[in-house]
Amino acid sequence: MKIHIKNGQLIDPKNNINDKLDVFIAAGKIVSIGVIPEGFVATKTIDATNLTVCPGLVDLSARLREPGDEYKARLASELQAAVAGGVTSLACPPDTDPVLDEPGLVEMLKHRAKQQGLAHVYPLGAMTRQLKGAALSEMNELHTAGCVGFSQANIAVTDTQVLWRAMEYAATFGFTLFLHAEEPFLAAKGVAHDGEVATRMGLKGIPSAAEALALASILRIAQETGASVHISRLSTAEGVAMIRTAKAQGLKVSCDVSANHLLLTEHDIAYFDANCHLKPPLRTQRDKAELSTGLKDGTIDAICSDHTPVDDDAKLAPFAEAEIGATGLELLLPLTLKWAAQEKVSLSHAIERITKASANILGVAAGDLSPNSNADLCIFDANEYWKVSPKTLKSQGKNTPFTGLELAGKVKFTLVNGQVVYHD
Amino acid sequence: MNNPQLDTDGQLRHLLSIEGLPKKILNQILDTAESFVGVAEREVKKVPLLRGKTVCNLFFENSTRTRTTFEIAAKRLSADVISLNVSTSSQSKGETILDTVDNLIAMHADMFVVRHAQSGAAHLIAKHVPPHIHVINAGDGRHSHPTQGLLDVFTIRKYKPELHNLRVAIVGDVLHSRVARSEIHALTTLGVPEVRVIAPKTLLPAQVEKLGVHVYHDMDEGLKDVDVIMMLRLQNERMNGAMLPSSEEYFKTYGLTPERLALAKPDAIVMHPGPMNRGVEIDSTVADGKQSVILPQVTYGIAIRMAVMAILGGGTGVAL
Repeated sequence: MKIHIKNGQLIDPKNNINDKLDVFIAAGKIVSIGVIPEGFVATKTIDATNLTVCPGLVDLSARLREPGDEYKARLASELQAAVAGGVTSLACPPDTDPVLDEPGLVEMLKHRAKQQGLAHVYPLGAMTRQLKGAALSEMNELHTAGCVGFSQANIAVTDTQVLWRAMEYAATFGFTLFLHAEEPFLAAKGVAHDGEVATRMGLKGIPSAAEALALASILRIAQETGASVHISRLSTAEGVAMIRTAKAQGLKVSCDVSANHLLLTEHDIAYFDANCHLKPPLRTQRDKAELSTGLKDGTIDAICSDHTPVDDDAKLAPFAEAEIGATGLELLLPLTLKWAAQEKVSLSHAIERITKASANILGVAAGDLSPNSNADLCIFDANEYWKVSPKTLKSQGKNTPFTGLELAGKVKFTLVNGQVVYHD
Repeated sequence: MNNPQLDTDGQLRHLLSIEGLPKKILNQILDTAESFVGVAEREVKKVPLLRGKTVCNLFFENSTRTRTTFEIAAKRLSADVISLNVSTSSQSKGETILDTVDNLIAMHADMFVVRHAQSGAAHLIAKHVPPHIHVINAGDGRHSHPTQGLLDVFTIRKYKPELHNLRVAIVGDVLHSRVARSEIHALTTLGVPEVRVIAPKTLLPAQVEKLGVHVYHDMDEGLKDVDVIMMLRLQNERMNGAMLPSSEEYFKTYGLTPERLALAKPDAIVMHPGPMNRGVEIDSTVADGKQSVILPQVTYGIAIRMAVMAILGGGTGVAL
């Protein structure tokens, strides 16, 4: 299949392209940008007039719920959701049931994902066996099976000795650890930011200090061990400042923020909206502003969807008992665009945060449209509005704080390995 | 976002929280309650305002006082009352809150009085029920206990009618207290100029001053010249753990003794939502003393609950 994408506005941050250029694809690869290769006869032409063409999005955190939680979501539904959102590569955390700590499980997941022929799935293996925070997992075996990094998902390692050893071991082989910074004792039973809103609502709070304390341990141990660490879903102003300092000191640290935290605050909980029960909790206006500043100045590398599909029944409970999480794969692009518009950030800079930057963190060949790279693309209309609703979402998880909102940014075509896998 | 407690005309549809209710509605409830105070003194302690209606007390958390006073209030309004202790029935069989509610709606309940250990439970139910059904929050987690807040200001108004001249101190476990939150909102909404909270830092929630209160950690200082002292219950499970070293130490630092009471204005009144821990938060001589209005609180609680049910039930809400 030879595809010619014509008349689109091409944005490829890695190659510094933001121009009206055609894309030529053959045998699943990008063969040329701007100039038609000699003898190229397209078998399919995509007219991208008034559309933006960019690398397929790379999401650093999307739960697919397989194996184990198929009643919440399935690979098929979530990978459909991914490509409907323009996401062509995604990393999934290891907190499945069973946990991704066995090479066989990882191989099976990779195989089953590949069979779907939709987005590329890059599992994050469990850093410790069963995510219990005690014994290290077989990182090399898991890496061979397809894990691109190791994570504890939302489960903290309380034993700093274990964290130290995990970092030493990962550093030995050059693996990146993906860690969520939350000190578990301070956060115990907490469901909202420990501040004015939690006080009014009578919800148990999680203080900002829980993030700062965990981050201090992680960064200090990373410094000692030379490990490469990625902080998942930063939520506080203080956290941003700590990462900024750590980067200035030359630590091998990167971090992301979820689209939810970039656009929402504790006040969005309103009258106990269980869709706002997220991990980490939504924090203050000031935290949100600092996350935005950090993202603009490069302290925060990337935006993730933190896609966590939850079944409706699990959300129909009082706030604290409602299951944590929100659907996100189909919202990553429009929310990133919304942030860019609000903060007057260029489209190219914003796209970079969900393509090249996240691909670099995962160390996977994705997120750019260099000649000979995989033809994974997202073609979208930046000005078309669509309404977020259970009907418009492909994900089996229909819960999001953005339900009912009209968002700009509609994906028109998604290509994976040179195949059109989604067409609006 | 629309206030879930009010209908499109701004009338009370559910009573979920004092916060967010306009002063006008609080006064409507308090004034209506005045007309019900006398009903208990009649030979036939009943008015027919809710005849033919079914009030369902849905208690997911144990309660004696609140449930009983709601039951009496509904009966005095001539409603049919069912009281369910759900904590001991369907919840333990795994039924969800909303399934329980749906079943009771199918049995034609008109009004739900709900208590639950989780903040937001009453909101969840209110969001779920059809428009003709009303929900009264009888306590949700640490969030709200609006009829308690209302009966407390009703009691204060009885003894100290000039609310705009008062200094009120709330003492004790504000962190875990839905009563404290409701009292604070009721007092500030009705224009009480100075509301103090007195507690150790472990029993105060983050940024409590943003609720419009003055924070004191020293009991003697906090009680100085106040008109009203509202004591909070200290739950047993908080006493001997990480929050407080012991009940003895708590009584020494924050217990209301006759000596401490003397620091307040000479005519100050002492309140407590019950059940009391004598010798932990309050000395018996104070609890039973002449400045105590703890038992009148209970009596007025029935009038307040009648008023809320009558207003929600759609009548004029005035005793005939």
